[in-house]
Amino acid sequence: MTPLERYESLVDDVAAFRAACDRPLPAVVRVNTIKTTVDRARDALDSEGIAHEPTDWHPGVLRLPEDSPGRNWPHAHGWIHGQEEVSNLPALVLDPDPGDRVWDACAAPGSKTTQLAALMDDRGLLVGNDNNLGRLSALRHNAERLGVTNIAVTNRDARNFSLKPLGEGSDRPTAVDAFDHALVDAPCSCEGTIRKNPDAFDTWSLDHVRSVAGVQKGILRRAVQATRPGGTVVYSTCTFAPEENEAVLDHVLDAEDCRLVDIDAPLEGVPGVTEWAGERFDPSVAKALRIYPHHNDTGGFFCAKLEVGA
Amino acid sequence: MTDNDGQRFDRLPATAAEREVAGRASRAEVIDWWVDRFGLDADTFDGYTFWEKGAGKIWIFAADLPSPVDCEGVGMTFLRTRQEHWKPTTNAVQRFGGAATRNVIELDPDEARRFLAGEDLTPAWDGDWGYLLVAHRIAGEREPIGVGLYVHDELRSVVPKGRRASLPTRE
Repeated sequence: MTPLERYESLVDDVAAFRAACDRPLPAVVRVNTIKTTVDRARDALDSEGIAHEPTDWHPGVLRLPEDSPGRNWPHAHGWIHGQEEVSNLPALVLDPDPGDRVWDACAAPGSKTTQLAALMDDRGLLVGNDNNLGRLSALRHNAERLGVTNIAVTNRDARNFSLKPLGEGSDRPTAVDAFDHALVDAPCSCEGTIRKNPDAFDTWSLDHVRSVAGVQKGILRRAVQATRPGGTVVYSTCTFAPEENEAVLDHVLDAEDCRLVDIDAPLEGVPGVTEWAGERFDPSVAKALRIYPHHNDTGGFFCAKLEVGA
Repeated sequence: MTDNDGQRFDRLPATAAEREVAGRASRAEVIDWWVDRFGLDADTFDGYTFWEKGAGKIWIFAADLPSPVDCEGVGMTFLRTRQEHWKPTTNAVQRFGGAATRNVIELDPDEARRFLAGEDLTPAWDGDWGYLLVAHRIAGEREPIGVGLYVHDELRSVVPKGRRASLPTRE
């Protein structure tokens, strides 16, 4: 039995789900608009003879059917970044504006972080945090290659992240007392990455799911606390486990002042589940989006958007 | 004057007159160096803050925070000071060097590929010695690749190991 069999009762088309999970993922890159335009990146790929096609839902997310994302000039210039198609979703759902103050609580290795920076036109303040010092070097490397200048990189436990070093409570004009937006792309059991990481199930256990769910709750609670009233928090994982998804939302809805809002998602998916393993969740968790690999031929994903203090 | 604490990020003083840490470059000196060296518009770096961590490593940051700041990074590495010849970083040249009008050497396709792989070259150049912005043409326009050190009729690639690549020859 693989962990996937746990979820077959939730899936609309089990045969398609299984078949998609067995297929490898196509190489996908995101165009980095901090350093170039989509047209220029595509021109450069064309002139190097690298076949590419835009996804049907985003002109700056390109599939490379025959090539890997590196070893070409557009990559050397930081114009493109290898990033799984579905992982482009949470930053788009968060949709920050230039000048905003944004916290990425679990930022390394930085694909979504650098996408947030691009959506902010590399202006405002982006705090990219990760508790894993080793993974921070990948975040720093990616941010530098992609030309991000609005990021402050921190190495703290997101569950008790302090705003004091950002000037909280001071009368400085740039002091950050709360963020406008936060992204919690949480550490998870990664079941949805099985197409990319065939060994994703090797370390799977229900104990691990339960233990990581505790961490996820702590991080999401802190993200809601650190975001201003009216601001938004996006929660995402690459797992199918309701314990790590809807149950985490249910916990935070109860513990903090926030509510789930609808996602205007450009990708196909199904609503969050309101019941699992004998437990019922707040009905609003149905506003979350579950993406199974067969829906859009991507990895598996979960994404939800919360509005704070409203 | 106090000594530089290389373990933390300190904002650069606006001008040399406000310097409190020995040997620290000022914001004005850093901007002047980039503007003079590469012929950039004087307002290119308006709105950015500049920070030092380590011995002379300068960072450019699009935001501002209380100084000193307890972070692993603020913005991107920009310039190496506290040595005779200041040296811009590859990533900063890629990010800000597109509008450069001086000290830019444009390589042909074969030279550009070898430069990115870390090879030293002997291209034709009758300008200044020192750190040059190395560029090539891609998608119809000139684009900076990185930094080269031109001395004794030789262009040394100083592309850091993590940014080097051996690209296939494509026809």
